[in-house]
Amino acid sequence: MALNFRGPDAVPLTLQINGEAHQVLVEPRRTLLSVLREELGLTGTKRGCGQGQCGACTVILDGETAYACLTLAIECEGREIVTIEGIAQGDALHPVQAAFIQHDGYQCGFCTPGQVVSAVALLAHTPQPSEAEIRAGMAGNICRCGAYPAIIRSVRAAAETMAEQEG
Amino acid sequence: MPTIRRTKVEFEGRIEEREVIVEEEHVEGWTQDTQMRWVGRPLSRVDGVARVTGKAGYTHDVHLPGMLIGRFLRAKQPHARITGIDSRRAAALPGVHLIWHRFNLPPVAHLDGRELFGEELAYEGAEVAFVVGRDARAVGDALGAIEVEVEPLPFAPNLAAAAAEDGPAVLVGEDNWITPDGDIYARGSVEAGLREADVVVDLTFTTPTAAHCCMETHGSAADWEGDLLTVWHSTQSVFGTRSSLADALHLPMDKVRVISNYIGGGFGSKWGAEAFTLLAALAARELGRPVKAVLDREEEHLVAGYRPGSRQRVRLGATKDGALTLIEQEAEVTTGAYGGGGPVIGGPAKDLYLCPNVRTVVRAARANTDGARAFRAPGYVEGTFALESTLDALAHKLEMDPLDLRMKNYADESPSRGEPYTYKGLQRAYEMGAARFGWPPQADAPAAGPWRRGYGMASQIWGGGGGPPANAIVKLSPDGTAEVLVGVQDIGTGTKTVLAQVAAEELGLSLDAVRCVVGDSLPAPFGPGSGGSVTLASAAPAVRSACREALRQLIALAAIMLELEGADPDAFAVEAGDIVYRADPEKRLPLTQVTAKMGNYMIVSKGARGPNPDDKAINTFGAHFVEVAVNVETGQVRVERVVAAHDIGRVVNPLTATSQVYGGVLMGVGFATTEARVIDPDTGLQLTANLEDYKVPVMVDCPEIEVLFVDVADTAANSVGSKGLGEPPIIPTAAAIGNAIFDAVGVRVTDLPATPDRLLALLAKEKTQ
Ligand code: FES
Ligand code: FES
Repeated sequence: MALNFRGPDAVPLTLQINGEAHQVLVEPRRTLLSVLREELGLTGTKRGCGQGQCGACTVILDGETAYACLTLAIECEGREIVTIEGIAQGDALHPVQAAFIQHDGYQCGFCTPGQVVSAVALLAHTPQPSEAEIRAGMAGNICRCGAYPAIIRSVRAAAETMAEQEG
Repeated sequence: MPTIRRTKVEFEGRIEEREVIVEEEHVEGWTQDTQMRWVGRPLSRVDGVARVTGKAGYTHDVHLPGMLIGRFLRAKQPHARITGIDSRRAAALPGVHLIWHRFNLPPVAHLDGRELFGEELAYEGAEVAFVVGRDARAVGDALGAIEVEVEPLPFAPNLAAAAAEDGPAVLVGEDNWITPDGDIYARGSVEAGLREADVVVDLTFTTPTAAHCCMETHGSAADWEGDLLTVWHSTQSVFGTRSSLADALHLPMDKVRVISNYIGGGFGSKWGAEAFTLLAALAARELGRPVKAVLDREEEHLVAGYRPGSRQRVRLGATKDGALTLIEQEAEVTTGAYGGGGPVIGGPAKDLYLCPNVRTVVRAARANTDGARAFRAPGYVEGTFALESTLDALAHKLEMDPLDLRMKNYADESPSRGEPYTYKGLQRAYEMGAARFGWPPQADAPAAGPWRRGYGMASQIWGGGGGPPANAIVKLSPDGTAEVLVGVQDIGTGTKTVLAQVAAEELGLSLDAVRCVVGDSLPAPFGPGSGGSVTLASAAPAVRSACREALRQLIALAAIMLELEGADPDAFAVEAGDIVYRADPEKRLPLTQVTAKMGNYMIVSKGARGPNPDDKAINTFGAHFVEVAVNVETGQVRVERVVAAHDIGRVVNPLTATSQVYGGVLMGVGFATTEARVIDPDTGLQLTANLEDYKVPVMVDCPEIEVLFVDVADTAANSVGSKGLGEPPIIPTAAAIGNAIFDAVGVRVTDLPATPDRLLALLAKEKTQ
């Protein structure tokens, strides 16, 4: 791979987010999280720690979850980024989102975007997860409000809905 | 007509007599049998879509045109004196707009009586300078370029150091003890209690310093429009913030608007304006641009408060048949360099059991850390751990079932107040919890392998009765939609939803026709801060009262339309969306037909929370039953199952109420097993200022939790019959876990958290004895 040094001043980047191309001019030291939140107004992705310890900033990068606070924006060129804003189809909620509402899978809601994104990614890989798989798959998302039992219930319910929709 | 009355209001273990203006529209209390359409149902939150789509706007998300970012440079020592600051290099960096510090003071440098940018830096994280810049990068670069000269001072990072004879002064010129004699509660006498006892148990405990760890760190954004200041503040009290800011800035209160629409957790740590709020407001005025200042995760651990760690001793005396003769509890805490007198650790001891001789003392000392703050049931969590662990030890000594011992000492009226309760459902909670859990536990089959299973329980008392003042305004539009304005905030408990349920119920409207606005001091009338579990019990009766007043106006219109003009408003009822003449139910009109008659006009009504009943105590109660597995080889403790039974009066929304119990139980699990702030005694610096080293529970740590509610309307407490729930479910969890560990492996955990190394040490000690 050819090394392509750029910076330290702002460089133009094209980011593919929720199916749309966004042009930004940012320093290479910028994290994906700061670019989403500060440049693009996509504030659904939260900053709980900025240190890869809480999961509030979880996004999906080429199908895999990633902590946006530990990902440099410049690393994301040419990759498919999905944020919480891209989970629903217009007004139609994703089954995971609907299940969180139905089962009260939150309290303050601050960790919720990260939880929802993690759950969507988990179900994409493991459509019928066991409870142990849910717990392990979502262990990187802290919820200080302690909504875990309701989140587990929400993920299970979403898995069922999705299986029915498939079926 | 408004009148002034005295009423007793309980808040976090302290009872206050307040003079309140009472203007409550008399509202008949909902009884146990009142037929309800919305109240009592497990309804999804009204703002669920915003929460799951990322559209819910938190303070962190505020972004205004031209907005700048502000941040503090903070002390890197536990105790020092500032001798010089050179910010010239930092000020010259691109994108830096302003730097304030001790030698270049902002126009206002006092908040709540405390000096900002003082000479003495009394804890790691104390404010040294405030930098405002274009963005977080510019500010970060500038913070790194400020040169600070300090002279280090001796420090006392913990209780042992602060309490030592000749120990270093935490604050120059101040005594290290804040309350040297302690806050004391006493009834009867300790000597009598010991004399009458056949059995005495005497144990000492330590509990950890626990961090709130709100997922949204503390923060504010400030913007001026002329002389009107708007502040977005992640707070549990918009009105508390408004008054502290108005006070600090010498502004008329009506020139300060505080907005806190979505709050990413508070747990007691987010009250009035903070240093960063004030500085953001000052910088915004100075620069003519909005300024946002948000703590990062490390700062959150350093300066946003904690539950103070405690050293405690509990002595219980009882007769052979288990009647308590003595409860004595002594506690010592450190509340930081500028902390207060310490939480009400003795609260449970004075009220949970019938006992003639009780003495509790809490002594508080300073230490070179930031100030302690209220943290979900302050005092009661740590006090209950020690009390309920000792009670369990007493039960074993007496060879009594721990639940029987609790029932033996059941208090039918408030022991400290000598007054009856409005309602006490603890016995019912015991029965429900025991039945669901299977208590008394059956003996387990002998264990194969390293895991041992154990069962334990503990009880809980808390306030949560709420009280005045709290107001509400209802605006009813001609299309039959209502807007309910209340000056409280929804910190994640579901306030917006439950108040909408109460309004829909009272008005006879459907839930989606009611919009509840909270978390904004401009449109809303006064509401209390969300602390002490008072929000629902304070605000819901005010909402009912405002709705009732709106209905009176509507009924007057309906009476005209039904040709019953002048009829007594009480002669009408609202049933399923219709206004009905009681004497002749044929005479009815859909409510929306009446509102439609109004033309383009609005019925506006206000309501207020009435006084609490005289001479009655309002309390909440609960019991947790816990199953643990303990690995005798690794010392690992797994909390596997919790049955939580609570009496909080009427449950308005079992779905959101259950969530609150989950949250309390999980914080209790963290407190009992993993959470502890660690300060290095040699450097005085915190070692756990992040979410990696400070361990809060994650999903794999989550036990199976079953939540039960007594759900009997506390009709004597207020017109809704509900009490608070935010705090009760964290209170008994740690003690129940400790008691279950004892049942599993026969060692008593007296020092929390019950980490594997501690368990192994206890097991090893037990073996050698
Ligand atoms: S903000 Fe990225 S993991 Fe916490
Ligand atoms: S809902 Fe508050 S942190 Fe998860």
